[in-house]
Amino acid sequence: MNSQAIAVAAPRPNWMNEKLFLGMGARTYARSLVTPWNALAAVILAFGLPVLIYRFAAGLGATTNLSQIQPWGIWIGFDMMTGVVLAAGGFTLGSAVHLFGMHEYHPIVRPAILTAFIGYLLAVFGLLADLGKPWNMIMAIRYHGSASALFEIAWCVMCYTTVLTLEFLVPAFAWLGWRKAHDTLSKCMLGLTVLSVVFSTMHQSALGSLFLIAPAKLHPLWYSPYIFIFFFISAICAGISMVIAEGTLSHRLFQHRISGEHVDMDKLQIGLGKAGSIALFAYFFLKLQGVAEGRHWNLLFTGWGLWFLLEIVGFVLVPSLLYGYGARHGKIEFVRWGAVLAVAGIILNRLNVSVIAYNWNRPNHYVPTWMEITVSVTLITLGVVLFKWIANRMPIMSEDPRFAEAHDA
Amino acid sequence: MKISRRGFLQAAGVAGTALVALKAKPALAHEGSESLDTRGENENAMLVDTTLCAGCRACEGACAESNQLAPPPSDDAVYKTRRDTGPEQFTVVNQATEKGRDGEDRFAKRQCMHCIEPACASACPVRALDKQPSGPVIYRGDRCMGCRYCMVACPFEIPKYQYDKLAPLVRKCTFCASRQADGKKPACAQVCPTGALMFGKRSALLELAKMRVYRTPDKYIHHVYGEHEAGGTDWLYISDVPFEKLGLRKVRDEAYPDKVQGALSAPPFVMTLWPPLLMGLYAFSKRGRDQAANGHPHGPSVPPATTTPAIPPPATEDNRSSHE
Repeated sequence: MNSQAIAVAAPRPNWMNEKLFLGMGARTYARSLVTPWNALAAVILAFGLPVLIYRFAAGLGATTNLSQIQPWGIWIGFDMMTGVVLAAGGFTLGSAVHLFGMHEYHPIVRPAILTAFIGYLLAVFGLLADLGKPWNMIMAIRYHGSASALFEIAWCVMCYTTVLTLEFLVPAFAWLGWRKAHDTLSKCMLGLTVLSVVFSTMHQSALGSLFLIAPAKLHPLWYSPYIFIFFFISAICAGISMVIAEGTLSHRLFQHRISGEHVDMDKLQIGLGKAGSIALFAYFFLKLQGVAEGRHWNLLFTGWGLWFLLEIVGFVLVPSLLYGYGARHGKIEFVRWGAVLAVAGIILNRLNVSVIAYNWNRPNHYVPTWMEITVSVTLITLGVVLFKWIANRMPIMSEDPRFAEAHDA
Repeated sequence: MKISRRGFLQAAGVAGTALVALKAKPALAHEGSESLDTRGENENAMLVDTTLCAGCRACEGACAESNQLAPPPSDDAVYKTRRDTGPEQFTVVNQATEKGRDGEDRFAKRQCMHCIEPACASACPVRALDKQPSGPVIYRGDRCMGCRYCMVACPFEIPKYQYDKLAPLVRKCTFCASRQADGKKPACAQVCPTGALMFGKRSALLELAKMRVYRTPDKYIHHVYGEHEAGGTDWLYISDVPFEKLGLRKVRDEAYPDKVQGALSAPPFVMTLWPPLLMGLYAFSKRGRDQAANGHPHGPSVPPATTTPAIPPPATEDNRSSHE
């Protein structure tokens, strides 16, 4: 099974060295880990993991600023909401490549799917920390509150995490050298991609539907009967932007992992920028339509209105124009800055809906505790470390030539 | 091209039929918490006539005893602030910030309103909160995962959470569902010495409330709080001071679960229409690519550059079927 079987006669690279220590041997590998960024990650984890444990030892009351009127804090508003929306690159790019045949984007589809996989894992971890009785999560399988948007979300999380796991296993099997499993699963990519679009459509929009039931608690500029459509469209924007933003970073960081034919990253990003420009503009227009539909124009000139305008102009319209300009004139820097702004804008939107503009008319607004922030930062750090660990070992940045047959037709 | 389009329409037709079948499901789920057709007429209900309440807080004590909660503070100094229910106190009596028309103090008891169509129960993903046909909105802590979406959903902000516990529960008034099942009144109504709390069928109590309001229009405000609030609740209030002064918040008249129904009817559409649509797009894009890459092993005998891509050559049909 293992492809190394062929190379048995050679000086016998042991499995641990080869697969885990990047072929360096334990000691050299350990030494290679001492970098400033790793040190930072280690400090965050050393500090954050005990806080996470403390959450389960001492309860929600001791660790969070949640209250009887503010039942959801940043573990839902940031970890869950943002983790999921920034994972949208997985299905966006997956469908572009595997369904619509835009094969020029093939080199970046795996990083996007890996990001989605890790994003969902983090969202689930954030949820576990937030739930009062996380062990009862399985109850959603037995008892069906089908009138609940959260029920839809629970099922979508379960199903889509499974799909993402299977999609992720393709490069993982290549890494392990399990050709048969790899080939079988590769053949399913088309079906998995269809499922990923189905579940993502429902899941991304259902996260918005959650707030439909709280019309008096969410500020009218963010509350809309069409909030589920806003969430879905903005997820597509987030997916595209995340792929650009993260592509810039990871392409630089994992230069050594990119082999084979040269990928013109700039060209891909400009193509994505074109799509992002259209998607963001549509989203901007929809948000305006939401204001018009609710006849909330007068609210725009209040403090909350300015905050809303900052979100939809500064972080939606501006990146849309940056994308458009960059794509039209081939100026990659514009596209990259547009991506950073757009990602920030989507995070801001999710935080606005679930935390900041929620209970907007109440005194003593919720502010997270340092422990809540620490847990969120810890989870992100874990995600980055996990991404790096996987991308350094598995064929993520470029395909393993031994496994790179035309598996996705 | 022709065939594939017809195939696509057929697929859409099948999907449409499936959709009708699936649409029945949410409706059924809704019916589990029934009595909607009759708008809760036969549900057990409570009428609170705040003009009769003396503020003795006997109901608070009886509630605590019946639900094994800590006894409420005995000092009437509690009236100096407006209190909210809590995880260990299912009902509180508050003093109105305005005197009644007879110059006396007014009080109002707060607790779960037991909506006819409860937002909390509709929001619960595991139906830990559930509406009983007889009226009470009950809670099953053994299934609750602690997502606290009920607290987001409730327009009256009634569900309270035990944040300080390691296995926390949502806590709220149960309408003494177990006492009701035994044919008894809720504990609060049992002890109320003034008749301010009246337990009965909702239709009868609503009539009684309206009769009092109509017969003595200068004694009452012309409104039964709970008749339409949040689509109607099993707890009804009449008063001679504005309801907000009693700590009863303004709530929309619509049934809250309805606000989500539109969005929740999307999944069947997505599940049935997305896959055929996406596969169709895939097939088209693949065909286009095969045509573009003429010498491709998959696409045999497409004459190079004979026609524009918009009008495909006749060979296309075999071509399509050959790789599907």
